[in-house]
Amino acid sequence: MNGVHDMGGMTAFGPVSPEPDEPRFHSPWEARVLALSLAMGATDRWNIDATRHARETLPPAQYLSLSYYQVRLDGLIKQLLANGLIDEAELQSGKASKASAPITPLKAADVDKVLARGTPYARPSPAPARFRLGQQVRARNIHVSGHTRLPRYVRGRIGEIVRVHGAFVFPDSNAHGRGEDPRWLYTVAFTTAELWGKNDNAVVNLDLWEPYLETP
Amino acid sequence: MAGRDHDGNHDDDHDHGLSGMALKVKALESLLIDKGYVDPAALDRFIETYEKNIGPRNGAKVVARAWRDPAYKTWLLEDATAAIASLGFTGRQGEHMVALENTEAVHNMVVCTLCSCYPWPVLGLPPVWYKSAPYRSRTVIDPRGVLAEFGVILPESTAIRLWDSTAEIRYLVIPLKPRNSDHLSEDRLAALVTRDSMIGTGLALPADSLS
Repeated sequence: MNGVHDMGGMTAFGPVSPEPDEPRFHSPWEARVLALSLAMGATDRWNIDATRHARETLPPAQYLSLSYYQVRLDGLIKQLLANGLIDEAELQSGKASKASAPITPLKAADVDKVLARGTPYARPSPAPARFRLGQQVRARNIHVSGHTRLPRYVRGRIGEIVRVHGAFVFPDSNAHGRGEDPRWLYTVAFTTAELWGKNDNAVVNLDLWEPYLETP
Repeated sequence: MAGRDHDGNHDDDHDHGLSGMALKVKALESLLIDKGYVDPAALDRFIETYEKNIGPRNGAKVVARAWRDPAYKTWLLEDATAAIASLGFTGRQGEHMVALENTEAVHNMVVCTLCSCYPWPVLGLPPVWYKSAPYRSRTVIDPRGVLAEFGVILPESTAIRLWDSTAEIRYLVIPLKPRNSDHLSEDRLAALVTRDSMIGTGLALPADSLS
């Protein structure tokens, strides 16, 4: 989906404003949003790709005007509703009025273990790699309707494979409940001359899955 | 997301009760507890962990070790996930790590244009600016301009390598070791490693900045 979350190359947002001695959270509710989304994520009702898609399909004007934790909250509510874990009436009242889904909540004693384990995304290779280190590739000029991690600013551009990572869960499939469908993942280096038509002695590296790439 | 990311949702908890955002979050938390989906003690534990245990001092230890120990640096550059795990830092949003070494000739800098991917086990939660539209959008098209907004001016001859975190690989920059710092202990060196220097939007502090 070509959405507003795909921001690479836009120049209209003004300067970056680093905040000296920034606190971890700017309000207590931000911390609760983080914790709620991590705790619900730990119940394995959805995966990180589905979560990213829930956030990036918020209405564009809403997405741009919300803070990070507001996006996180609205994405979580969307996933809770879409997965039937809560309904609108419950959301309004703040009280359970329907039977709950069979979920065992994550216990405090297991939090450190869950965080330390994480969720590895590397998988056994389904087939030999199509591309090799040093090879020139073109990012395909494709515009999928669902979730994708191929930013618009590299589509149609030629780069070089600089790292071969092995097979990883493919977000375009995993976000939509179509399985992990592991594909080879490469780091592809694009010069800024190729991307932006200028030579400022810079390259941009992106991690791109094999279905995003073709032989130029 | 808005450039001034947290504007508009500053809570005035102390002025007139809970803000709209605080009420909305509290209502959702109550509902999820009522449904039996979350344990409030687990929520507290998540917050405590990211407030106290997981932050950029973890990454600073990795960098200081790499500065002091060439064998460790070699390992870090070849297999960052394992080398970082050997210091006890693993897991969520750092499952697949890659370390990038800054030199006089090459400056690495990390961004996530599509969302806000960031190496949590070594750097903690990302700062607001990293998640903001200005950084996400302009870094890949105007890296030197963005660096200047952080007060970092690099010579034209220094090549810039940007890393857009589009997959589950997470990047840690090893900043250039400050001059005249060979005599410093690992702990003292770690004190020179700033969060921004490990993202690539800053440099390590000079050796004489230690009191």
